[in-house]
Amino acid sequence: MSPGGRRLVSSAVGGLTAAAAILVVCPLLLIFGFLLYQGVAALNPDFFLHLPKPVGEVGGGVANAIVGSFIVIGLAVAVGLPVGILGGVYLAESSDRRRPWVLRFVADVMNGVPSIVFGIFAYTVVVIPMRRFSALAGGFALGLILIPVVLRTTEEMVRLVPNALREAGLGLGLPEWKVSLRVVIPAARAGIITGVMVAVARIAGETAPLLFTALGNRFWHQGLDQPIATLPLQIYAYAIAPYDDWHRQAWAGALVLITLVFLASLAAKVATRGRTLAR
Amino acid sequence: MAIDSPAGAVALDRPSRPPAAVARGRRGLGDRVYRGLILASVWMVLVLAAGLVAALAWESWPAVRAFGFRFLVTSHWDPVAGEFGALPFIYGTLASSLLALLIAVPLSLGAAIFLAELAPGWIRPPVAFLIEMLAAVPSVVYGLWGIFVLVPWLRDWVQPPLGRTLGFLPLFQGPPYGIGMLAAGLILAIMVVPYITAVSREVLLAVPGSQREAALGLGATRWETTRIAVLRYGRSGLIGAILLGLGRALGETMAVTMVIGNRPEIAASLFAPAYTMASVLANEFTEATSDLYVSALVEIGLLLLLVTVLVNGLARLLVWSVGGPARGARA
Amino acid sequence: MTTKLPVLGMLLALALLLPAPPAAAQMLINGAGATFPYPLYSKWFEEYIKVDPEVRFNYQSIGSGGGIRQITERTVDFGASDGPMTDEQLRKAPGPLLHIPTVLGAVVATYNLPGNPQLAFTGPVLADIFLGKITRWNDARIKAVNPSVPLPDQPIVVVHRSDGSGTTYIWVDYLCKISPEWEKAVGRGTSVKWPVGLGGKGNEGVAGQVKNAPGSLGYVELAYAVTNKLPAARIQNAAGKMVEPTIESTTAAAAAAARTMPADFRVSLTNPAGPEAYPIASFTWLLVYKDQPDEARGRALVKFLWWAIHDGQKHPAALLYAPLPASVVKQIEATLRQITYSGRPLLAAR
Repeated sequence: MSPGGRRLVSSAVGGLTAAAAILVVCPLLLIFGFLLYQGVAALNPDFFLHLPKPVGEVGGGVANAIVGSFIVIGLAVAVGLPVGILGGVYLAESSDRRRPWVLRFVADVMNGVPSIVFGIFAYTVVVIPMRRFSALAGGFALGLILIPVVLRTTEEMVRLVPNALREAGLGLGLPEWKVSLRVVIPAARAGIITGVMVAVARIAGETAPLLFTALGNRFWHQGLDQPIATLPLQIYAYAIAPYDDWHRQAWAGALVLITLVFLASLAAKVATRGRTLAR
Repeated sequence: MAIDSPAGAVALDRPSRPPAAVARGRRGLGDRVYRGLILASVWMVLVLAAGLVAALAWESWPAVRAFGFRFLVTSHWDPVAGEFGALPFIYGTLASSLLALLIAVPLSLGAAIFLAELAPGWIRPPVAFLIEMLAAVPSVVYGLWGIFVLVPWLRDWVQPPLGRTLGFLPLFQGPPYGIGMLAAGLILAIMVVPYITAVSREVLLAVPGSQREAALGLGATRWETTRIAVLRYGRSGLIGAILLGLGRALGETMAVTMVIGNRPEIAASLFAPAYTMASVLANEFTEATSDLYVSALVEIGLLLLLVTVLVNGLARLLVWSVGGPARGARA
Repeated sequence: MTTKLPVLGMLLALALLLPAPPAAAQMLINGAGATFPYPLYSKWFEEYIKVDPEVRFNYQSIGSGGGIRQITERTVDFGASDGPMTDEQLRKAPGPLLHIPTVLGAVVATYNLPGNPQLAFTGPVLADIFLGKITRWNDARIKAVNPSVPLPDQPIVVVHRSDGSGTTYIWVDYLCKISPEWEKAVGRGTSVKWPVGLGGKGNEGVAGQVKNAPGSLGYVELAYAVTNKLPAARIQNAAGKMVEPTIESTTAAAAAAARTMPADFRVSLTNPAGPEAYPIASFTWLLVYKDQPDEARGRALVKFLWWAIHDGQKHPAALLYAPLPASVVKQIEATLRQITYSGRPLLAAR
């Protein structure tokens, strides 16, 4: 092929891949556009402050679901954060021995497990023995999703801390645990928090594991050992129902949810600018 | 003092490691507690993972014993008669995921190549950002959009003309419900595109610059450089990215449940309703009224776990082979 | 700024983990199950807050199958089902379970056709549609029953339940009675192997499907059809008359059974004799343990049940459910008095 022909092919392919990139981005704009279009109408103070109304009646809100989501996410973080961070530190500090690969492998495997399987596990080990659907069970299931993400991010971030910092601490006579807790982890703090925010953004939208654990609640939560309403569950219940008012509330709820998730992801991105291993 | 030694100067390039003296030295109480906590966390993760598999295996044992291998190859799902065959769900999961990949892979690879190689510099960050935001959209929101936007569009604008023009193929026969395998495949495609794109882009970026420079030095055009030097080098990583997308698609629950039609039947047509392993769990788990029914469902969960673990494990191996094992928390 | 962020984070976490807003003084009683009576139950639980502000009833409509399973596993305080539990299911429960009828309802055939015509069906025609033997709306047999209605040449999109459902039980119970072929091929249960059709989750899901998809035909509880402005077909009853689903025809369906009500209230009302009876009606039951595990909750629950069968019966009519026959109410009163905690009846003599 002539040089001109080859250049033509190159430009054509450039155009094709650009088209692919546009096609890839389109759904996001479509989805967000529809959410805005359909959901904004239903956004009013009632929506954020009131409880759901009885079936078939118009109005009401998802206040308990929004609060419930925060609570369940908080529980998941309480469950997953310490385990994830400590595990990540372990991996970062002992990468030259053989045993750590087991943990890394298990964490990566856990990352790929469908969330509904965690839901079944949580039902079996929390709901049945407790004889009750609860926020705790929901937090446990979401915590399982959170652990591998936090673990791997922590490992990456702790590895980035320069050895000189650690050696300086040890040189000053600090015991090893103080060096880790007061020197290394704080140095990696921003990255770790970012990892947590990424994980939170992910579990904020999870519905499947909550189907069998948190169950749902039409009223304010009455304690962590009771069923609790969450935003994704409420959106699902409203979406598959026939009532138009519920559909509007589902769109509005989805708008709120996606905004929260985007904000968390955005914050995580902004915080990690310049902190990754590669460029 | 470690800071002055040549070893300390070199250590800035290496990831953080405790100096050997402390590693084998004596430990105070604080250190012992700290070590203990760390080990406890490590064991906790391992125990949880093992517990997950054990719990699933234990609960599914009655079904395994009752049906054996038949469970995987029969299509009869009859809770009244206590007969359970999971083939329709396995088929539904595989078919919808493969359909999704068919649609998503060309688009994702194209977008990844665009972002990594061919795009002008100023375009890359915003487009990459938009694609990553797509990955953050929750599944239930996709499902909501699917029910009220995608399905009516398919039912009114896509399936009737497809049925009229290509209806001689078994793939496009049957009444245009809107809901069904095609809707599920499309939604899954939209959902896995950002993952495949992001990981492919990282794989391509990890290809050493020397490869590109060598090709350019030989007079290749941009596309030829990409094709000869980058794609070939990163091939296994790209396959890994695709497999990661597959792993995601296999386990996807909510969006698929909302648009697939919930019909445990194997049909040749894309217009027909179907059922996936994750969907049947979402719909029927809290209400399976007999022990065997529960056990059969948990066995499906176990199968789903095994399949996704295998696919994800393979994917990571392939991705690591190009870029190295540091790509931890990405996918 | 060094250590403030984690401290703030921990404070936030603690704040979230604190039990509850001031409403924590209330008792929360959890129930789950049938979607069939959900519109009525959600109204009841809202109204009952005025009667007893100290208690909240949280009801999740996950389907009758779910109600049966969760009360058997004791993860909820009461279950709800419109398909009565089988003997085997009752044996599996850790204690004696009572079926308390709360209201009567009708399962209707609802559909989505242009112009929203009023259709009529015979039992055998419905059975054959759901068996997949009648596939188009302008089939001769449908036309025969609806001579003056213009029926389109469109495929029938059958919609059934994808979850374990008492509404399904009522529907297939009826089909079993009028179609020996259905009884042999499919049978009855809360979750059956459907020959044709799409699955919707809950009465809500089926109504939503029918509403969205032109040409569909599904079965839902009457309240769901009415509140969503979906039509309800007339069905031919055992006496040969085309009957519309209304409060009166539902009440007529229960008339014969009310006289011969068994002690455990498990009775089928489908295809009854009686010229005005609607053929696909049923009681719906709340499932409670005869021996309550917790005194305070047990007492609150029994008091609610007492209210439901008396004052609560004012509300069903607005949602097109039929109230319980008076003789049945008397029988339920006697049963409620048998509910105990540690051997002592929870209901004081009234």
